[in-house]
Amino acid sequence: MKKEETPQDKSVLNNISSELYYVKNSDGTYNTSSSTGWNVKQEALDDAWSEIRERVENAKIAVEHGKKSPIFYYMEKNLMDISLLSSYVKFSKIRVWWHLRPSVYKRLNTHIIQRYAKVFSIELDDLNTLK
Amino acid sequence: MTDNFKHIQSAHCENGVITKLLRLAGHDYMTEPLAFGLGSGLFYIHLPYIKFNGGPAISFRTMPGRIFKRTCDSLKIEVSSKKFRDEQKAQEYLDNLLAQDIVVGCQVGVFNLTYFPPEYRFHFNAHNLIVYGKENGNYLISDPVMDKVSILSAEELNRVRFAKGMLAPNGHLYFIKKTQPISEELIRKGIERGIKRNVRDMLYIPGKIAGVDGILYTSNKIRTWRNKLGVRKAGHYLGQIIRMQEEIGTGGGGFRFIYAAFLEEAAKYCQNDNLLKISDEFTKSGDLWRQNAVNMAGILRGRSTEQKDFEQIADVMVEIYHIEKNAFKQLKEIEFR
Repeated sequence: MKKEETPQDKSVLNNISSELYYVKNSDGTYNTSSSTGWNVKQEALDDAWSEIRERVENAKIAVEHGKKSPIFYYMEKNLMDISLLSSYVKFSKIRVWWHLRPSVYKRLNTHIIQRYAKVFSIELDDLNTLK
Repeated sequence: MTDNFKHIQSAHCENGVITKLLRLAGHDYMTEPLAFGLGSGLFYIHLPYIKFNGGPAISFRTMPGRIFKRTCDSLKIEVSSKKFRDEQKAQEYLDNLLAQDIVVGCQVGVFNLTYFPPEYRFHFNAHNLIVYGKENGNYLISDPVMDKVSILSAEELNRVRFAKGMLAPNGHLYFIKKTQPISEELIRKGIERGIKRNVRDMLYIPGKIAGVDGILYTSNKIRTWRNKLGVRKAGHYLGQIIRMQEEIGTGGGGFRFIYAAFLEEAAKYCQNDNLLKISDEFTKSGDLWRQNAVNMAGILRGRSTEQKDFEQIADVMVEIYHIEKNAFKQLKEIEFR
């Protein structure tokens, strides 16, 4: 890549940081060059997030229909799966899986729910409101 | 240390931390490409069956932590590194080092890294940053991929140091323990060793999924994705390749440009013009990777979604395979004095 080809497109990095590319000077030697972002990358990132948003939306519907507990919604929202969530709350995987059932969730004591709330960085009451 | 600390931005976090730590220890010739090359950083692997963030697990570089270890090994620099179970102990250990004016590298997860843009906060645990001081209970952070320094509270830093999941950092920190002046001869030896190890990793690793063969493996997979997964999911998979290849940290073209820059430097150290010629090959390969990213984005955005578009991407990857294979074969033939 030549120095003058360094992409300077709009991206989510704007106002936060620039990024560094290794590019060729006009005399054929390598140098670094600063970039504000690249469209192609931004599109890939947008695509990844639209997929995540879709998953979260589906999770919300599942919770509202009483098929899953709110923990499931927040798990998806935090881009986690059962295995990752289990290592954060320090419950076994099967226990986390069990807590995803609405009927089980209703009977959980606050002590356990508090641990989930802490991992999701939300208040205890927020767990039931699906923000 | 806090007052005269100069932040340097680099393309990749691990290289950046090594470069900065070594420079602070008096090795001011150290550059990011040199660290990358000494640590034989270039790689390619496509792990089958495993999914990462719902897409293929592909990497353009060697395992996290390896570059640091190899670079320091080949320069005979003593490094101390430590992992912890207990958050409190990890913090005390860090505070203790900072009180002695030691600059420390830390492995962290980016999901809760507050100064990162929210769109970049995935559960990725092999990020590296430098802690260079503590002020009013807050830690002074120099993150090599950012263009300026940042600040994290004790709670924020503990949180990212104890991120969970794949490659969990467990509070991993490291710093340079002992160092001696390094002769050019030692650097030349390191370069030779780094290149030879990279040739081995890319050409002779057994199996079809790693090294240059891995590129061919991905290429063959891509040909089947449209029929097997449907256009939307296939596009999502390609998007994942773009992100692994270009996302902050690679310096463009899946580290190929950094490696080309390394070979250029190596040519100077070893006074060998053949290395310069091979450097051009990697520039060519990096350019093709980037051109291919543009094609992949075309599919992702629904601009071109025919089977022939997938075939075109796969064909470019075959071309890349031949270029890189050839380049490494030439590297193998290089005679070091």
